Amino acid sequence: MLYFSRWKIIAIVILCLAGILLTIPNFFSREQLSHLPGWIPKRQMTLGLDLQGGSNVLLEVDSQGIVKDRLEVLRDDVRRVLREDRIGYTGLGIQGNTVQVRVSDAAQTDRARGKLEGLIQNLADSLLGGNRVFDITVESPEPGVFRLSLTQAGIDYRIRRAVEQSIEVIRRRVDQLGTTEPLIARQGANRILVQVPGLQDTDRLKNILQQTARLTFHMVEEVGAGALQGTKSADTEVLYSTDDPPVPVLVQRRAMLTGEELVDAQASFDQRTNEAVVSFRFDTSGAQKFALISQQNVGRPFAIVLDKDVISYPTIREPILGGSGQISGNFTIQSANDLALLLRAGALPANLTIVEERTVGPGLGADSIEAGKLATAVGTVAVIAFMTASYGLLGLFANLAMIINVCFTFAILSALGATLSLPGIAGIVLSIGMAVDANVLIYERVREEQKLGRSAISAIDTGFTRAIGTITDSNLTTLIAAAVLFFLGTGPIRGFAVTLAIGNITSFFTAVTVTRLMVALWVRHYRPARVPL
Amino acid sequence: MLRLVPDDTKIPFMGWRRVTFAVSVVLMTISLALWAISGINFGIDFTGGNLIEVRHKGGPADIAAVRSTIGKLDLGEAQVQGFGQPDDVMIRLPQQEGGDAAQQVALAKVKDALGDTYEIRRTEVVGPSVSADLRRDGAIAVAVSLFLVLVYLWFRFEWQFAVGAVLTTVHDVLLTMGVIIAFQLQFDLQSLAAVLTIVGYSLNDTVVIYDRIRENLRKYKKMPLAELIDLSINQTLSRTIATTLTTFLAVLALFVFGGEALRGFNFTMLVGIIIGTYSSIVVSAPLLIFLNLRTGGGESAASDKAAPVASKAKA
Repeated sequence: MLYFSRWKIIAIVILCLAGILLTIPNFFSREQLSHLPGWIPKRQMTLGLDLQGGSNVLLEVDSQGIVKDRLEVLRDDVRRVLREDRIGYTGLGIQGNTVQVRVSDAAQTDRARGKLEGLIQNLADSLLGGNRVFDITVESPEPGVFRLSLTQAGIDYRIRRAVEQSIEVIRRRVDQLGTTEPLIARQGANRILVQVPGLQDTDRLKNILQQTARLTFHMVEEVGAGALQGTKSADTEVLYSTDDPPVPVLVQRRAMLTGEELVDAQASFDQRTNEAVVSFRFDTSGAQKFALISQQNVGRPFAIVLDKDVISYPTIREPILGGSGQISGNFTIQSANDLALLLRAGALPANLTIVEERTVGPGLGADSIEAGKLATAVGTVAVIAFMTASYGLLGLFANLAMIINVCFTFAILSALGATLSLPGIAGIVLSIGMAVDANVLIYERVREEQKLGRSAISAIDTGFTRAIGTITDSNLTTLIAAAVLFFLGTGPIRGFAVTLAIGNITSFFTAVTVTRLMVALWVRHYRPARVPL
Repeated sequence: MLRLVPDDTKIPFMGWRRVTFAVSVVLMTISLALWAISGINFGIDFTGGNLIEVRHKGGPADIAAVRSTIGKLDLGEAQVQGFGQPDDVMIRLPQQEGGDAAQQVALAKVKDALGDTYEIRRTEVVGPSVSADLRRDGAIAVAVSLFLVLVYLWFRFEWQFAVGAVLTTVHDVLLTMGVIIAFQLQFDLQSLAAVLTIVGYSLNDTVVIYDRIRENLRKYKKMPLAELIDLSINQTLSRTIATTLTTFLAVLALFVFGGEALRGFNFTMLVGIIIGTYSSIVVSAPLLIFLNLRTGGGESAASDKAAPVASKAKA
């Protein structure tokens, strides 16, 4: 047990030096690092939001809204295809996850069936290929009645798509805030995690995340009180303006243009009124459509609608041919900037709700770092003092191994690019306390063996051999708890589990290898008659 | 050299086992009773709601004034309390009716009401959909970790050790929860992590003693079980105390110097370390007697299941 080949010694020493080298960058600031020689690694652990300040927002995609929207589109599609073919129907409506309709004329049932089955879409091509996945099924529970149901596979597919698209849109939006290293990731089936380090204005972040920003342009039928009395038709709807008090505006349901046809949006000032406005530019096809519509409707107002709110309803004074325009509507510079940002980034495919939010101010983060450093230093010193007092020279070996162990933990965390959070520091401190356990087990065993009358070398040898089995068992049980914390925990708890698990594994290595090497070299050199324990 | 435990102790732990068992059973009963009567003071991670930590700009905060300001907002039973430094105030709002979005509205109201004289240091908003998930995940985490440990120990030892270790862990978790409830500490994700760590730590301690018992079972085939367990505990006693002390010192440093954010976590850990050490010495080992472990190690005790426990224990 005490014999080490030359190569093994060299390998262990190199490994320890590598661990120390990888830890070094964490003790310097980024500027200092850039002045260090090139051979020193530069990777640092990133500090968690609780240590540097920042916002952590968990958003949930409105799955029910997606289903509801899809059902409404389906109902409109049914109406459209039946009308196109002049098939008479009654009782078109939505029940649960199905759209139901009754064809009036029995002779036309087969034709209607053909038309309705034409609405089925195959989603499989965009999935994994192979199996066909249909978004709806068409059933006929009794002659003349058709039931079009959304399939679970289709709903899941649409939710997944909505999450993916939302992540893209959020990324474009958050990137424009100009903060460093935001993290945007999907979590579970329908949630999106957004972490923005170092951001001060969380309300602004939340505003930017939550707005759907679906911009549409509609022709206006009626403005003011008259809008509420307008003949109710399936083609028009009443929306309200953002004025105070809100003005009802009767608009055509169908949008003549949408935000998807924009190529650019910028906040600017209206020269005449000195108001903040958002100016935008359409793409080629959008510009053509806008020119045509404005030519045909000179003198009529149109509504600029953002997420069902009428921002403004200017009257078309002359045909707008250049494909650009501006939106005015009581903006501040900030809100004009934000709207322009949202328009540039595009609309979210579904509504998002904030289901969890954790924000730490930069002041608190700085305090936590200081507290964490102090606690680590005090804890380390206390453990070192105790070990030296209890085990003397061998205690010093254990302390050295413990420090190397902490270096390994830092090195692995840095190499992984892991995030160090406050609970992570707790994990490290706890593993400092527990790291010496392996050495305590070994030394106590050596003491016992020596008491039984063994020689120094034999006692050390048996002590190490016997203790390793126990160390394996005790470390593995802690590792199991850490693994469970990691796989089932979220955010900060995961950070704790990672540092605890890494500390656990590295302490196993340092105790049975590094300490053993130090003890072996000492024994070889001094050939003690008794182990000083 | 510093010796916390003298060499060759012969403390008759098994002789006390009826007393220590009685103490443990009483403590567990008290914990369960407290649990039933006052219930766990769940933090917002598990109940949903808002937590806002603010610092008064310039001088100590007027907690009464903050309380009345928040009280006027009609946001349910808000808790307003000082903590840490005199200028710090912690505000906790119960979960608001009306789903996830309603929690956000409440947060905005509080921020508006407090105005510019307070610096918002930290906010946490947990909506009802998330808190339900966290509650479920937490319960699963405790159950899964216990189960995995059971499986691992069952492979490494005889079944009595596995059952004994898990029963001890349940004992430790119960007593720790009892302390958390008695002090009405907030039980949040951090406390859950602390409890799970104690599960790991207490097992660690138990396994070391079990390891020695197993070794001695092979070595002293004729020794009565109670005597053998006493010997094993005494042999490992100085290790148990040394490890407990180093871990305790490290966590104590965190508790004293680590700042407010982790105070609950560290307090739970300190309590758990003490309970875990106590139980590994006087609960886990004697449990083996009650579980009918026989000297001779590898032999199965399953065939004697029907035998009365008391007579076996005397054997």
